[in-house]
Amino acid sequence: MHTLSQTPSQTVGPFFSHALPWPDGPHVVPAGTPGGFWLRGRVLDGAGAPVPDALIESWQADRQGRFGHPGGFRGFGRCPTDEHGNWAIRTVKPGPVPGPDGRPQAPHLALSVFARGLLNRVVTRVYFADEPAANAADPVLAGLPEPARSTLLAGQTEDGYAFEIRLQGDHETVFFAL
Amino acid sequence: MTASTAPQVHPPLAWPAYKSTVLRAPSRPLVGIPAGLTEGTGPVGAALLGDHPVGPLDHDLTRQHPGEPLGERIIVHGTVRDSAGRPVPDSLVEVWQANSAGRYPHHADQHPAPLDPNFTGVGRCLTDPQGRYRFISVKPGAYPWRNHDNAWRPAHLHFSLFGRAFTQRLITQMYFPGDPLFYQDPILNAVPEPARPALISTFDLSETVPEWALAYRFDIVLGGTPFEPGAG
Repeated sequence: MHTLSQTPSQTVGPFFSHALPWPDGPHVVPAGTPGGFWLRGRVLDGAGAPVPDALIESWQADRQGRFGHPGGFRGFGRCPTDEHGNWAIRTVKPGPVPGPDGRPQAPHLALSVFARGLLNRVVTRVYFADEPAANAADPVLAGLPEPARSTLLAGQTEDGYAFEIRLQGDHETVFFAL
Repeated sequence: MTASTAPQVHPPLAWPAYKSTVLRAPSRPLVGIPAGLTEGTGPVGAALLGDHPVGPLDHDLTRQHPGEPLGERIIVHGTVRDSAGRPVPDSLVEVWQANSAGRYPHHADQHPAPLDPNFTGVGRCLTDPQGRYRFISVKPGAYPWRNHDNAWRPAHLHFSLFGRAFTQRLITQMYFPGDPLFYQDPILNAVPEPARPALISTFDLSETVPEWALAYRFDIVLGGTPFEPGAG
């Protein structure tokens, strides 16, 4: 089959914070949504310094594990990092989604990270540390050795979950090739 | 995996000539992941925008303030296709750019060039059923940065596209033909040489509006959508 060559990626650059963030970007679900929580994290560089000019985007199934989202569930979140490298997205835990072989996957979100200095986005997944049985059976997690596997687990916090993104170095987050 | 045997078009993440990559590019190889529903679907069109739908003037960066911005008026248009050549309709396209003097209205932009009170430099639209988009703007200026000695970015528009699946998400930059700054720009030159021309728009006399604005064409090709039949 004839295929066209894709348009190359370029960095988002340093000057997007007046252009890309949306007022409701971090709100995958509105306040008061049953099961809603904050997924919070930092983006850190190879020296452990916060990355203050990154943009995080999330995509996920709804609580029933559905995409296409009947009922107005947007499934998408977008949040720039602040001067301390912090970002936050208010969402719900997605239901189980079947993998390519039909086996169920553990609940997860897809995440994109854009930043000055990233010539292409990097892509990862957020899993939940409080789903040990589902995580143990998840085909993507099962393919990862420790300690890489642990970088994809969001731990519980007072108002939801925490997920650190380490772009480089010790405890570097696992990033996926699509 | 959906990774194909096609030549690599994207720049490598580690590209030391662009100094900001040195501490930010992951040091470990990317891990393959089977094509699945999560990455094979994505937010599409108006559903993505919720309470903030695209407005009738969002595509016209010259009409967002009381007066007209200074600079050379331009039309930037093109078609968004997937790698199988099919038009991608209903995709959100976002653009942002410096003003005609090469300055962004961003707190971190310290270039001593004037801000333009009539230009924010931010626009968006949805692709039509044929995958087409069109923006009206002014040509951005080149601007200096501190990557290397006497470094200047070629004039460019930033483009952000969603396509119809997470796999298709793309942020890139569009350049203008014949820019003398290309040779010294490590961001453009991080792209493998055969793929670089795809980022340079072409002057388009057929869409140039007489006595009003020059037109540039920038066609965009996104990756595949594994859950749509015939997608590449």
